[in-house]
Amino acid sequence: MQNILAKLQLYWPLTKSLQTGLLLSTGLAGYMSARCPVLHWTTLMGLAISLFLAISGSTVLNMWYDSDIDARMRRTAQRPLPAKQVTPKEALRLGLVLSVLGVGWAAVLSPLYALVVFSGFFFDVVVYTIWLKRRTAWSVIWGGIAGGMPILAGRVLGTGQIDSIGILLTLAVLFWIPTHILTFAMRYYNDYKAAKVPTFPSVYGFPVTRTTIAISSVLASLSIGTAGILIGMQWGFVRLLAVLSAGLLILAVASLARPSEKVNFGLFKYASLYMLAAMILLSI
Amino acid sequence: MKITIFDRLILLITSLLAAYQVAVGIEGVDTLPMIAYTIAFGVLLVAVLLLIILGLEVLDSPIVVIISTVIPLSLSLGLVWEHLPTWHTFYLTFAILGFLAIVITRLVQTGKAATIVLAIVHGIAGLIIAVLPIALSVMEITKPGFSLVGIGGALIGLGGLLLSFLKTGRPVLSGEMMMKVLPGLLFLMTAAFVAGFALK
Repeated sequence: MQNILAKLQLYWPLTKSLQTGLLLSTGLAGYMSARCPVLHWTTLMGLAISLFLAISGSTVLNMWYDSDIDARMRRTAQRPLPAKQVTPKEALRLGLVLSVLGVGWAAVLSPLYALVVFSGFFFDVVVYTIWLKRRTAWSVIWGGIAGGMPILAGRVLGTGQIDSIGILLTLAVLFWIPTHILTFAMRYYNDYKAAKVPTFPSVYGFPVTRTTIAISSVLASLSIGTAGILIGMQWGFVRLLAVLSAGLLILAVASLARPSEKVNFGLFKYASLYMLAAMILLSI
Repeated sequence: MKITIFDRLILLITSLLAAYQVAVGIEGVDTLPMIAYTIAFGVLLVAVLLLIILGLEVLDSPIVVIISTVIPLSLSLGLVWEHLPTWHTFYLTFAILGFLAIVITRLVQTGKAATIVLAIVHGIAGLIIAVLPIALSVMEITKPGFSLVGIGGALIGLGGLLLSFLKTGRPVLSGEMMMKVLPGLLFLMTAAFVAGFALK
């Protein structure tokens, strides 16, 4: 028993629990945007577990594939794989098992839902991580598309189809991803440079990256707001979403006008908080 | 000065209260006061979130003086629009000009004129928020609970003035002491506003 607990403790960081939790919350919000109040708790639980497994699985596979990059970056050098606490073979096996279980469970719930979950897995692991991440800074777009799949999956499970609101919600996450990832890429610029991973800041410079973040923040806010109105969100929640969006835009503009490390990282944290809050508001 | 976990918790509760007020709005008010109240509580919400995320050092930014004026100005505008119909045009003009005067004097100069403008605009807006709800309650135009908004107004006036004088280099409380009391002050003020509007 102690052995299993010790293994779980080692495996848990491989799933990037905070990032997985945030993506999972978008999936739940996508479902609840179509089916609120939730009357089918078994379906909701199935959605949560299958998405958690699939997202965790693809994250573990990312970690497995990128362990050489992680070893070269100071921020990630202590992760279980580069620190040799978990062997690559073990991580690969874990990632595959979680992914297969996640997509398999999704297939039991609904074939179309499973297709979207699998697309997320495919875009994240194959297109983003294996194919593009080491080749082009534009890989962030494909990472964004992969990040948008959980919310689309949730919506698809709720409605039984891919509708315009689902696409808008996917776009919202897609546009939010640059705010999240590019602020991170600026903060750990030297790390990514040392690992020879092309990022927007290293290829196009900080000013272009900041402008990209500001534009994508505007687009993310507009997409979430429009989706909220189309869903029929109560006006009070639309007001609250507008206020939170204004905060995101102010920070994005502040990082353009008065660039500093503090504002940059503040924007990163606020963007995460914003997405979580937006998902809660979409779910109510 | 590092923000403590307790302060973070207090600020988090404050942000939730402000978010609640933005979401539920104020019952039975016109569009303009609703916009004014939303701006007031919205600015408060974002400001508190930024305090949590960036820490109390964010108060060093010169924009804080301008932001700390938006809250009392928009809140007082909402109250005047709701309860003093004959003062609509005058107070709307005062709020717009007052805000512009503060922005201009902050950007152009930080001398005596800036301090005077700040004290006048803050003082009038603060007095309205503090006195009007209490007067309305005493005259039984609103329920007694509405006077809590006045208490919140007194607190915001106090906090705003202390912060403004600190920013203009004429501190009443030291910077360190100000940072210690600010989270609690923000919480009490927001709680008083939310309770007051709920008990109107």
